[in-house]
Amino acid sequence: MTKSKPLWGMGRPRLEYTQLPARIERPEPIRPAGPVTLLHLRPAEGKAIPAVKIGETVKTGQKLALYGNGDYVTSPVTGAIAALAPFPGSFDRNYTAVAIAPAPQEVFDDALSAVHRTPSLAAAADFLAAGPGAPGLHRLTAAERPIRTLVVCGVDQDLLVFTQQYVLGARMPDIQKGIRILKQIAGLEEVVILTRKEAVQGFGHIVGRVMGVEHGYPSALPPLVMAGLFGRVVPAGRTCEDLGFCFMSAEAVASVGTAFGTGRVPVNKLMTVILKDGLARLAEAPIGTPVADVLKHFGAATAEGDRIVIGGPMRGTAVYTPDHPVQPDTDAILLLDAAAAAHVSDYPCINCGECVRVCPARMQINLLVRYLEAGKFEEAEESYDLDACVECGLCSYVCVSKIPILQYITLAKHELARMRRAESPNA
Amino acid sequence: MPDRKKLVVAFAPFWHNGNRITDRSLQIILAALPAALIGVYRFGTPALGVLALAVSSAVLWELAFNRVAKRPVSVGDGTAAVIGLLFGMMLPATLPWWAVVTGTFLAIVVARQIYGGVGANTFNPAAVAVAILMLAWKQRMDVDAALVNYAFDFPAAFPLAAVKAFGNSAVKDLSLMDLFLGRQVGGIGTIGGAALLAGGVYLVLRGVIRWEIPVSFLAGMAVTAGIFHAADPARFAPPAFHLLTGFSLFGAFFLAPEDSSSPVNFIPMLIYGAVVGSIAVLIRNIGVFAEGLVFAVLVGNLIQPLLDKIRPKALGKVS
Repeated sequence: MTKSKPLWGMGRPRLEYTQLPARIERPEPIRPAGPVTLLHLRPAEGKAIPAVKIGETVKTGQKLALYGNGDYVTSPVTGAIAALAPFPGSFDRNYTAVAIAPAPQEVFDDALSAVHRTPSLAAAADFLAAGPGAPGLHRLTAAERPIRTLVVCGVDQDLLVFTQQYVLGARMPDIQKGIRILKQIAGLEEVVILTRKEAVQGFGHIVGRVMGVEHGYPSALPPLVMAGLFGRVVPAGRTCEDLGFCFMSAEAVASVGTAFGTGRVPVNKLMTVILKDGLARLAEAPIGTPVADVLKHFGAATAEGDRIVIGGPMRGTAVYTPDHPVQPDTDAILLLDAAAAAHVSDYPCINCGECVRVCPARMQINLLVRYLEAGKFEEAEESYDLDACVECGLCSYVCVSKIPILQYITLAKHELARMRRAESPNA
Repeated sequence: MPDRKKLVVAFAPFWHNGNRITDRSLQIILAALPAALIGVYRFGTPALGVLALAVSSAVLWELAFNRVAKRPVSVGDGTAAVIGLLFGMMLPATLPWWAVVTGTFLAIVVARQIYGGVGANTFNPAAVAVAILMLAWKQRMDVDAALVNYAFDFPAAFPLAAVKAFGNSAVKDLSLMDLFLGRQVGGIGTIGGAALLAGGVYLVLRGVIRWEIPVSFLAGMAVTAGIFHAADPARFAPPAFHLLTGFSLFGAFFLAPEDSSSPVNFIPMLIYGAVVGSIAVLIRNIGVFAEGLVFAVLVGNLIQPLLDKIRPKALGKVS
C-alpha cells in the first residue's frame, strides 16, 4: 500500500498509530480447519533428532521439547503428531514444523495445574515461553542483568495494529494478576503500563504506573519509549534489559495471569487481521493455525503476487506460504494486494536527505547506505552508527530512490552478529 | 495443492510515501518554467532555441552515455532534462548551438556520468558546464556582448558588469522593482526575480528543496554585500541590488540546493548556503568575474563532504 504524502509539506511524514476502532467489540474465534503447525527452533549445530515421533498423541497445553536444549513449543490442541518437517526461516533460523492433527475430544495437560498455586519464575519460564504474546520470561532470569522495571505494552508497535490495545482494555483483570505474579516471582521494583496518550486518565486503581505514548510512529518502539518517557537512552548496540527494563506485551502479561490463575497454559492468540479492503478485524485463533485458515474465515482470497505480512506494514515479515502458522508473537496479519505493495528499486541514493531528517535515531543514513550497498558492514558500524538503528523502517518509507534501507541495515546487523559468533571461540 | 498462488516475499516496510525521482524532476522543471518563459518573452525565439537545444541535447547525451556504458537507460528519471534546462537558463540568449551542445556534454557526461551518474556527482553539473564555458568562451558568455543587437526599453547593460566597471553610481538609478520583475538583462532564465522566487518557494513548500540552503544563501549574500557597501558605498552596490541581479535568486533556489552536491544536516546546510552566498559576492566585488556565482557554488560543493561531518550524535552514542 502506498500512502502518499500530502501535496504540500516540507515536514516529516505523519504516520500515526491506529486507535482501537469502536466497532470492534470482541475477537472472532477461529478454529483451524485441519492440522495446526508449531515452529520449533532447530539447533544450528549437528544433526538433531526430534524427541517426538509421528503418531504420538499430545494434549492441549502440553510442552513439546524436541531437542532437549531448553526450547519448546506448546501444543494448542489435543491430537496426534501428523508430520515433522524442516521449515526454513529467515536470517539463518531453521525450524522443525510439528504438525498436529486435532482430535475431536480436547484433553488439557495437567503439568502446570500441579504447580500453578505456587508461582515461581522457573515454572513460568518452564510453561509460558511459547505462550500467547511470547512473554520471553528468560529475560527476567538472567542474573547478570537484573530487571527492575517491567514495561507492559498496551500499545502496538506497528501501524494499523490494535491487538495490544484491545488486550489492555478487555483483559485488565488478567493483566493485573499477571503483574502481581511477575512482581512477586521476579522481584520487580516498578511496573509501568503503556497506553495511548489520551487514555492515561481512564484507569482506576490498578497495580502499575500508567504512562501515555505519543500517537506518532515510531514513538512506541522500546528504545524510543526508553528515551522519551523514562529519559534513559539505551546505548547503541545494547538492549533495554541491560538497563534493567523489560518490555512485555499486554497479552504476554495476561497470559501469565491466566496461566497461574487457571492452571492451564493459554493457547489462543489474538491478532489484528487487515485485508485488502483496508478494514481491520480482530481474530482469536489457536497458535499454529495456518494463516490461510484465518484468511478463509474472513472470506479473503489471495491472488498471484499478493503479499501476506505477519505483523504491520512498517516492521512486519512477508511469508512465502499461506500455510505459515500463527505464532506466539503474531500480533497482526496483513494481506496486501500485488498492486498496492511498495516496490524497491536498484537506483542509487541521490543524497536528498529525506531519510536523515526522518530518522528517530539521528543516523547519517545517506552515507551509511553507501557502505551497506558495498558490503562494508564493519565500517558502517564504526563510523556511521549502524548499531543505533531502532528498525522503524521510516528511511525506506521516505526513500526517493526506493532503496531497501531497512533490509540493508538488518542484513548488516545479522552478518556482523554472525561474524562475531564465529570469531568468539577463537578470541 | 493445485490452486496454490505464488506470494511475493519482500522486506519491511511494505508502505512507501510515493516519492519518486521523476516527480522531483518534474517539480523542479515546473518551478523553473515561469522564469524561463520570462526569458523567452524578453529575448525572443533565440532564447527559446537555446533552452530547447539545452534540454534536448542534455537528454540525448544522457541516452548516448547510457548506451556506450551499457547501463540502464536513465533518461526517464528526468534529471538530465532538469540539468539541461537549468544550464540553458544561465546562458545568454544568443549563444551558438555548438556551445550549447558542448555545454550539455560537459554537464551530463563530464560533471555527472563519469562521477557515477545520478546521485554521485560531486559538483552541480549545470554549474560545472557554465563555469567551463565562461573560462573557455569568455566573449560568447559575456551578456553585454551577446545582447548587443537587442533593443530594450530599459538600461540594456548587464547590471553586475556595470557596477564592476563604473561603481555604484552606474546602477544607482536602476529601479529594484524593475530588476525584480525581469526588466534587466542576464542569463535567459535568471532575470525574472519574481518568478524565480515563486518557483523556489514552491519547491520548498513541496519539500523538493530544503529551506535552509536558499535562506542562508541569500542571508550570506546580503550580509557580505552589506559589509562591502558600508565600507565603500561609492564602489560597491547595496545588498538588495546583489540579491536581484545576476544568478542570485536562481543560484539560491536552483543551483545551491542540488541534492547530490549539497549537505543534508541542519547546521551544514546553513554554513553551506552562507559560504556560497558570501563567496559569490566576494567574486563579484573583488574577483575577476562580474558574475562568478557558479564558482561560488562549486566551492560550496567542494567543502560539502567536510561540512556534513558536522552531524548530530546518533541515539545512544556517547562518543
